[in-house]
Amino acid sequence: MTQTGFVQLLDLAAGVVLVTSFTALWLRRLSTVVRVVALQGVAVGLVALVIGIHSHETELVAISPIVVILRGIVLPGMINRAIRSGAEHREVESLINIPASLLAASGLTLLAYATTRAVVALSPSPQVQAIPIGIAVGLIGVLMVATRRKAVLQIIGVLMLDNGIALVTFLATSGVPLAVELGIAFDVLLAMFILQLLTTRIRTKFGGTDLDQLRELHD
Amino acid sequence: MGAVTALALLIPAIVAALVAIFGWRPFTAWLAPVSGLVIIGVGVVLAVHVLDVGPLAAFGGQLRVDALSALMIILIGAVATITTTYAVAYLRTELATGATTPKRARIYGVLVQLTIAAMLVVVTADNLGVVWVAVETTTVATVLLVGHRRDRNSVEASWKYLVLGSIGIATALMGTVLVYFVSRHSGGDPSNALNWSSLVERAPRLDPDALRVSIGLVVLGYGTKAGLAPVHSWLPDVYSQAPAPVAALMAGVVSAMSMYALLRFKVVADLALGAGFVRSLLVAAALFSLVAAASLMVTQRDYKRLLAYSSVEHMGLIALAAAIGSPLAMSAALLHMIGNGLAKSVAFSATGEILFLTGTTRIDGVRGLLRRQPFVGGVFALSLVALLGLPPFSLLASEVAIVRAGLSEGLGWVIAIAITVMLVIFTAVVVHALDMLTGGEVPPVSAPDVHITSLTGRAPFVVGLVAAAAIGVSIWPIERLLHAAALVVAR
Repeated sequence: MTQTGFVQLLDLAAGVVLVTSFTALWLRRLSTVVRVVALQGVAVGLVALVIGIHSHETELVAISPIVVILRGIVLPGMINRAIRSGAEHREVESLINIPASLLAASGLTLLAYATTRAVVALSPSPQVQAIPIGIAVGLIGVLMVATRRKAVLQIIGVLMLDNGIALVTFLATSGVPLAVELGIAFDVLLAMFILQLLTTRIRTKFGGTDLDQLRELHD
Repeated sequence: MGAVTALALLIPAIVAALVAIFGWRPFTAWLAPVSGLVIIGVGVVLAVHVLDVGPLAAFGGQLRVDALSALMIILIGAVATITTTYAVAYLRTELATGATTPKRARIYGVLVQLTIAAMLVVVTADNLGVVWVAVETTTVATVLLVGHRRDRNSVEASWKYLVLGSIGIATALMGTVLVYFVSRHSGGDPSNALNWSSLVERAPRLDPDALRVSIGLVVLGYGTKAGLAPVHSWLPDVYSQAPAPVAALMAGVVSAMSMYALLRFKVVADLALGAGFVRSLLVAAALFSLVAAASLMVTQRDYKRLLAYSSVEHMGLIALAAAIGSPLAMSAALLHMIGNGLAKSVAFSATGEILFLTGTTRIDGVRGLLRRQPFVGGVFALSLVALLGLPPFSLLASEVAIVRAGLSEGLGWVIAIAITVMLVIFTAVVVHALDMLTGGEVPPVSAPDVHITSLTGRAPFVVGLVAAAAIGVSIWPIERLLHAAALVVAR
């Protein structure tokens, strides 16, 4: 792969990761949000593939399809199941309205660039220059968790946070075993996360426990 | 010696496998406390070795045991022994009353051992990435344990824990990955760029500006998991809704693991950035934690939440000691971790008994505890005395040491605020405790039998309190180890 080709592909894939996180905040239908986040997962996998080919890291090339399957198909699929098993409205409900969310997300993106300037300055290659995107996507994930009411959307927020971290990991480490090690461990956590929701939802059918209405514990 | 370390790591895994195969039966239930005792034994053997010979590296440098690791292994073993012994009686009652099923008891037994195994990995791994994976494993296991009862409130608590815990742990991962990046770009070899021992060696060559961002994320992430304010809101819900032995384990030692990870990163940060950066972050978190804990303890109506906020308070104090950072302060921080671990595990176990006895977690639902149940009331009262920092317990010594260290490091204003806040907490706890322990009409004896009447059931409470008091009276049994451990993480 030529250097320009590499840079273009990398920027394209990383750009998709960032744009999808904004799109996920902007959309109203739950099922579309899941599809967008699945696309984001695929883009993260592509970043791994592009870096792997460019820097001749066979391990990274080998795990990129796993990343695509996991983040693009398996995890979104589990979230979809959770949506189908819940009986509530399939629309997004937010504590702040959508323009405000997008504005906040833009602010977080700027924050990500501002705080990681020193990191990027350490080795300003095209690959490293994309690290702030990963941080921004992670922060937008946290924003989603903080402002959305539905349990499903909070999971999607955590999935975005996870995608952001995976992106940073691939960009910053060129996929040494560390990336695999840490990334997979976090995916286990996420899978557990979703399972928890599912099992709760199944109980809902018998006991009437909906996570969205769990507001009992406080001082 | 590598084999001895491996033994400590394997024991809980073997017990977990046996519980998984044979289910929760009398003999598998008692394996857990035995494994706790073995872990203490291994910790002592390693401590003696490390003090004589120096840090131990095994399995190609994957495992590294220094004085701090040995001390933490002993603490994990001690808290594990106390809480799993109590769990034998706790689950027996739950099974007898139908509050849980044999299947869930089996899952419970496996998950507790998994948590203990993961904690042992946290304190013996050299690679900070592996430390992160292990901390994350404790999160996954404890989330499921918190939801053990599967009622509305415990589901809500485990959900909150999952969401906030995931964000915290993800932030810590982001920071860890960036530390790796910084380490690689200052000449680190991929194979050991995240190894704590090698990071400490190369700390002066790490790029300070890039490291600052990374360490900031690490402190925020692990601070959240340790229960430091401002992201402590999951903690009271989780500690109050988890089964009592699980709350005891979490408050006693699981949260200390995140603090341990934070201390390891702090060593690297202090060497590379000077003391100021992490200190200012930790001072802010400590003061915020103390104030948040105090303000919610004064008006608290739930005794489990009262203890949970006491955990926020004590984590704040440990963070304050870490912020001071001198050898004396680090000794105090570690001693405080031990004292809090022992007293909290007894206190939370006692709340399990009080809940069985009264059927409520409301402070005003419990009256005259000392007269109705002298043993449970007595251990609960003594554990509160310990947590308040009164003699003869070791928390007094560590708190005095924190104050002394803070004054000699020029942090007088911080110490002044901390002491003021702690006086408020002291008053609040005394008032609430007197309400529970004394007074009130003694209701007719209709409550179910408290199930720790047997000697073995009572032993962990007594042993935990005696240990905390013994260290408070005379520190000599652990003195050398404590000082050596403090020097590992002191500036």
